[in-house]
Amino acid sequence: MSAEGRPDRTPVTTNDSYYGLPIVKEPAWQQPDVPLYLFLGGVAGVSASMAALARPLGRDALAKLGTVTAATGSVASLGALIHDLGRPARFLYMLRVFKPTSPLSVGSWILAPFSALASMSATSVLTGKFRTVGALAGAVAGILGPAMSTYTAVLLADTATPAWHEAYRELPVVFAGSAMTSAAGVALIALPKRDSAPVSRLAAVGATAELAAAHRLRTRLGIISETYRVGRAGSLLKAVEVLTGAGVALTATGRTSRIARALAGGAYLAAGLCTRFGVYAAGVASTRDPKYVVEPQRERRGRV
Amino acid sequence: MTSTGYSSPQARMGFFTDTSVCIGCKACEVACKEWNAVPAGDGPGTDAAAGMDLLGMSYDNTGGLDANTWRHVAFIEQHVPAAAEPSAPVQAGPATAEDLGMPTVGAPRQGDAQENAGVRWLMSSDVCKHCTHAACLDVCPTGALFRTEFDTVVVQEDICNGCGYCVPACPYGVIGKREGDGRAFKCTLCYDRLGSGLQPACATACPTESIQYGELDELRARAEARRRELHDAGVTEARLYGEDPDDGVGGDGAFFLLLDEPEVYGLPPDPVVTTRDLPAMWRMAALSAAGVVAALVGSLLGRR
Repeated sequence: MSAEGRPDRTPVTTNDSYYGLPIVKEPAWQQPDVPLYLFLGGVAGVSASMAALARPLGRDALAKLGTVTAATGSVASLGALIHDLGRPARFLYMLRVFKPTSPLSVGSWILAPFSALASMSATSVLTGKFRTVGALAGAVAGILGPAMSTYTAVLLADTATPAWHEAYRELPVVFAGSAMTSAAGVALIALPKRDSAPVSRLAAVGATAELAAAHRLRTRLGIISETYRVGRAGSLLKAVEVLTGAGVALTATGRTSRIARALAGGAYLAAGLCTRFGVYAAGVASTRDPKYVVEPQRERRGRV
Repeated sequence: MTSTGYSSPQARMGFFTDTSVCIGCKACEVACKEWNAVPAGDGPGTDAAAGMDLLGMSYDNTGGLDANTWRHVAFIEQHVPAAAEPSAPVQAGPATAEDLGMPTVGAPRQGDAQENAGVRWLMSSDVCKHCTHAACLDVCPTGALFRTEFDTVVVQEDICNGCGYCVPACPYGVIGKREGDGRAFKCTLCYDRLGSGLQPACATACPTESIQYGELDELRARAEARRRELHDAGVTEARLYGEDPDDGVGGDGAFFLLLDEPEVYGLPPDPVVTTRDLPAMWRMAALSAAGVVAALVGSLLGRR
């Protein structure tokens, strides 16, 4: 190491990594494309189901808003997904096979028909034409809705990214809860007081589920929980708690002004965005330091 | 029927990389790039041209496997106390001999404890493991990744749409997305040579037979014999990596003989194919989706 003429600066490797380099690759997806794809798909899914339920209950304004939100959100989600592809022109290759082992294949087969059906339904609602076809399309989209809001959690968990894979029990609850609060957020902003009670209830349920599951992410995953507590992910998930808490507090009384409803809705939507960007950031952080790969695997093999 | 699902008379082919005889010449890296026309391109985590940049990591200037590096030679320099070195003083040269940074031989120098310390060199040519249960293949939504008749795992360039899902799915961090091209690339185990009865380019170029190509069953027997031989010679740290058909990926089609813990070489100690937990993931997602339905029904049916 200290030969003459050669600077003694070559780092001698340590026993727990190769020059501190990552072992697994950082997700090859882009930000904001993929976090937006996750967020928009979730909002669209719950909105479609909300619309499908609201229609027979006579809540026409809620049904119309849900239908339009589902169409807009899912088409935008699809757009974000296509934009993220290395070869966008080959998007349709996603539909050349159906592979249950690939959550992205399953997801494409959910997202593509969902966005088509939601768009048909929204077109019918906005133009007043083809009402039967539109209602039928809306109903099927409503059935696909809950899957839209949860398959993205499997998409992330089915990777070697430590913070995502080890969170496979919690992530679907986080994403479903967040999708409910976000969909309720759109309704709180756009609709009159008459419809605010049911959507506030929906938001409260979603918020409770999401915050409880997110708490588990920060505490139950051993060393990997660090990635949800510190850095960019830690800040974003802290913001989720504050924003979601504010939303619940603003709508808790049920007698809320238009401004309070809009603020609560805005807080819920911002929280939904922070959730997706936060979870994404935790995944990235867990790939950058090899200890999140090595230490849990060493423990598994009984050597510490 | 093989563990990968093939029922053909073609035996499973693979690599045994015996790192104990690797001399770090990088002929494998060069032969691979030449035969497969792999561009210089990006090093892992950097925008630098791989192989054309000094990384400051011993003689390793490629960093790791990626879209443009399908064979990667790792160089590990370890301080070891001279007394603990297994090497017998083959030639008790004078203490003033020029230190060329080669593995030290000869009697330890007198007096100075620092001078007594030697350096052990570990060199290892890494490659795609061609897993029995390959996560990249499982998660690929287009079917671009497929299993060949040799039981190897190959990307079809004309099908890949650059979704990037295989990249975070690989538990070894092997496959990468090529910048500027958008598609994913990795070692093909020279699929185009095997059909003509040729060996892969890297194995052909390897001057020490550190890289051995052949039928996997035979390679496993050969590797075990080599491990025993080394143990009998006193090299008790020799161990096989990836040879066990019962490990988390069902055994590697390309496995190794290492002289230290896997993480020292940048390899995960106990990799598990992420799709092993996929049924549990889908169950959690289905439960969460059911929760969304329940929350929606409960919220909307409630009293105004």
